[in-house]
Amino acid sequence: MIRLEQLHEWLEKANEKIQNNKEFLTQLDQAIGDGDHGINMSRGFKEAINKIRASTYHDIGSFFQDVSMVFIAKVGGASGPLYGTAFMKAAMALKGKSVLTIQELAFALKESVSGIKMRGNAQAGEKTMLDVWEPVVDYLASSGDSFPWQEVRRISLEQMEHTRQMEARKGRAAYLGSRSVGHLDPGSVSSAYLFEALAETMEGSEAT
Amino acid sequence: MSYVGMVLVSHSHELVNGLRSLLSQVEPNVPIAVAGGTDEDEIGTSALKIKRAIESVYSDYGVIILFDIGSSLLNTKLAIEWLGEGRQVRIADASLVEGAFSAVVEAGFGSSLDQVLAAAEEAKSIKKL
Repeated sequence: MIRLEQLHEWLEKANEKIQNNKEFLTQLDQAIGDGDHGINMSRGFKEAINKIRASTYHDIGSFFQDVSMVFIAKVGGASGPLYGTAFMKAAMALKGKSVLTIQELAFALKESVSGIKMRGNAQAGEKTMLDVWEPVVDYLASSGDSFPWQEVRRISLEQMEHTRQMEARKGRAAYLGSRSVGHLDPGSVSSAYLFEALAETMEGSEAT
Repeated sequence: MSYVGMVLVSHSHELVNGLRSLLSQVEPNVPIAVAGGTDEDEIGTSALKIKRAIESVYSDYGVIILFDIGSSLLNTKLAIEWLGEGRQVRIADASLVEGAFSAVVEAGFGSSLDQVLAAAEEAKSIKKL
């Protein structure tokens, strides 16, 4: 079972990766976006971590709800409403729960993927965060309760790398058309950090 | 006479504030609210700010929203969801400056929300040269 402390640890690890790679995310976004992804993700995660550290939770739904509201309220760019919606959909799916099976987490993250699609009016293949979220969550949802978490990390990085060859059709990168090819999508990179952090958290607590 | 309200959404507070001054000079009677920048007034958009702006000019005549780029649309949709079902709020598929100009002129006649929306969207096809 997955406990609230592990979900908290997941976001702590994701925060570390985002803060350590803030400049890299900014560079990626300066190449094909508006250059704010590093700043926005850094701010969003910092504020979200402050919020969850200062609160006590018994309900996983309210934990993700708080994270969602921080992203929506504190992040000025597109990543705010997109990550915010992802966490909000997970919160709705997990309302009232204090522990989770991996399958319940996978179901909640599938709701997140639907939320990202709805909010961004996007599909996979358009050089966005969805190009990591959808295949990773599909793997989680189809793998039962026992699988190598290393595989989640591998798929995250592979799918992130896959955005390099794609042509952007969403966001400001879409204005660049074919000139966006050859660059990693910044949202897919921050998403890969998030799922790498999940894999590391779960690997570290395999015995539970 | 009553008028459709307008909300201008942008990454920059200065940008929409300036636009509002321009539009108010054209049609002083049309209620116009702005939602520019983040809650800290940095570059970006804020769903909370947009929601408050809609509420400040809302009436039964409805509200038309014009936006600039990127996250403006995502946060505007989120703000409208928060307002709940049944609200007369429409997002114009129009360029911000020209669309808002056409919309405010139409709204100044006391036209309906549909007519104001159509005026904003038709501005795309008006040749400037």
